Amino acid sequence: MTQRKRLSNVQSSSQSKRQSNSFMTQEEDEDATFTQPSTSQVQRGLEKLTAAQVDQKTAEVVQYILVKDQKKIPVRRADLVKHVIKDYRTVYPEIIKRAMQTFEQVFGLKLVEIDSKNHMYVLVNNLDASTARPSNPKMGLLFVILSVIFMKGGVVRENLMWNTLKKLRVDPGYLEYVRVPHTEPVEYEFRWGQRSDMEVSKAQILEFMGQLLEQDPQSWTQQYREAHSTASSSQASSSNHR
Amino acid sequence: MSRELGDGHRRFLQTLMAVGITDEQEARALYQHCCDTHTMQCIPDKLDDFIEAINSRLQPMFMQIRKGMSEENGRQYYALVNMAETDITRMTSDYADNELELFRKTLDLIVSSENGKASSTDILNSTDTMTSKKLKKSETEHLLTRLVQDNWLCERRGEYTLSTRCIIEMEPYIRTMYQEQVKVCHICHNIAFQCQICENPSCGIKIHNPCVARYFKGRVEPHCPACDDFWPHEIPGTNETSRYQNNVLYLLSPTRRSEVARESTSVLVGLCSCRK
Repeated sequence: MTQRKRLSNVQSSSQSKRQSNSFMTQEEDEDATFTQPSTSQVQRGLEKLTAAQVDQKTAEVVQYILVKDQKKIPVRRADLVKHVIKDYRTVYPEIIKRAMQTFEQVFGLKLVEIDSKNHMYVLVNNLDASTARPSNPKMGLLFVILSVIFMKGGVVRENLMWNTLKKLRVDPGYLEYVRVPHTEPVEYEFRWGQRSDMEVSKAQILEFMGQLLEQDPQSWTQQYREAHSTASSSQASSSNHR
Repeated sequence: MSRELGDGHRRFLQTLMAVGITDEQEARALYQHCCDTHTMQCIPDKLDDFIEAINSRLQPMFMQIRKGMSEENGRQYYALVNMAETDITRMTSDYADNELELFRKTLDLIVSSENGKASSTDILNSTDTMTSKKLKKSETEHLLTRLVQDNWLCERRGEYTLSTRCIIEMEPYIRTMYQEQVKVCHICHNIAFQCQICENPSCGIKIHNPCVARYFKGRVEPHCPACDDFWPHEIPGTNETSRYQNNVLYLLSPTRRSEVARESTSVLVGLCSCRK
């Protein structure tokens, strides 16, 4: 747990923080005074407690985090220590370890620190994502975007994203990507390619968008009209590109 | 006995956590889906065993997946509940003390009623006898709306009943708090609110409306199963006329995933502001 290494410096770093940052809240103060106990301290602490007591406290921590997570509120370590851990501070690392195990083994969730400065945690899904293919349009688009970012080493600038989306296994003719004349710096634009005009049904696109954003396709009146005009519907047969 | 869980169990649990309560049919479909997704064996009639395995691991957290019957449509439902013995703890994080007091008063009204309902008028009037900070009329109405939204109460035509999830979750609490006062169904032995009562004064057994429908189905002359007196009440038809009030299981993948997806499609939302 890399947490432990970081936390052993918490007292000295927070003291300097206190001088420079006058907006520190009371909770951040309490967190700063929480020093991660050493392994031997934890051991001694555990000896004084019964197994049932440790289990009970673990259960309380799990419940607390689940409730916060349900409301999409990240869990602050300071709050956790203050409201739940309380007298069990000396065995905090053990409690957290068991809570993490419970999340993984019972719920298929992972407790991750999203803010190492303020020690905030959230629960993320730990279930094997590879076995679940995109089940709905949202996930389909997400997977495309995530793949792009991943393949580009983790970060993608906006224009690169668009550029790559164009190249990402889109067969020639489906997209038109042309330079806009007289622009400085150079700008490009995307249009539907000829093949898309012929093969992709605009009505289906609207349906896809409707599902993605949970809206009625008819709410996009202009597009809806265009999609259902006789010209476009005669061009596109039913698409199998989804 | 604590059992080993697979990803299929975990996905089932995650989904049930997201929706709170689901009916038996959907639970079976979800069980099938979870097993398929994680290539686990799915034996059709073994849903309860599957859930038992999950429950064995939930028990140390005082949580359980419990089964209960809806008093409206008679169907069986599965709900993820907290098993704290003496308090309505699940609610304490969402409601203020005086709001909880009003909820308890509503519970009092429902338990002591004949038809398992409390009118909004009676609930509003009960604020007069509150010991904690009194709720104003508007606050009470707002609270009742929240209680319905959070699936503790159901409302129809100005009358409030306990939701199926509420009954499943609070049964131990209700039995402890109300003891002899709470009605118990003679047929299924669970606590009963919307039920029929035998008119024989020395009998007085109660039967849930759906249990009446099932028990007396096809019988020409219904008689009380306890005292054999003629059962004078109308036997409910087995057609489901009540509306399905609980969450529909349209999400087979955890809500977390769709929320991440929503955030990443904010680009598209910007593009789609070219509406109308």
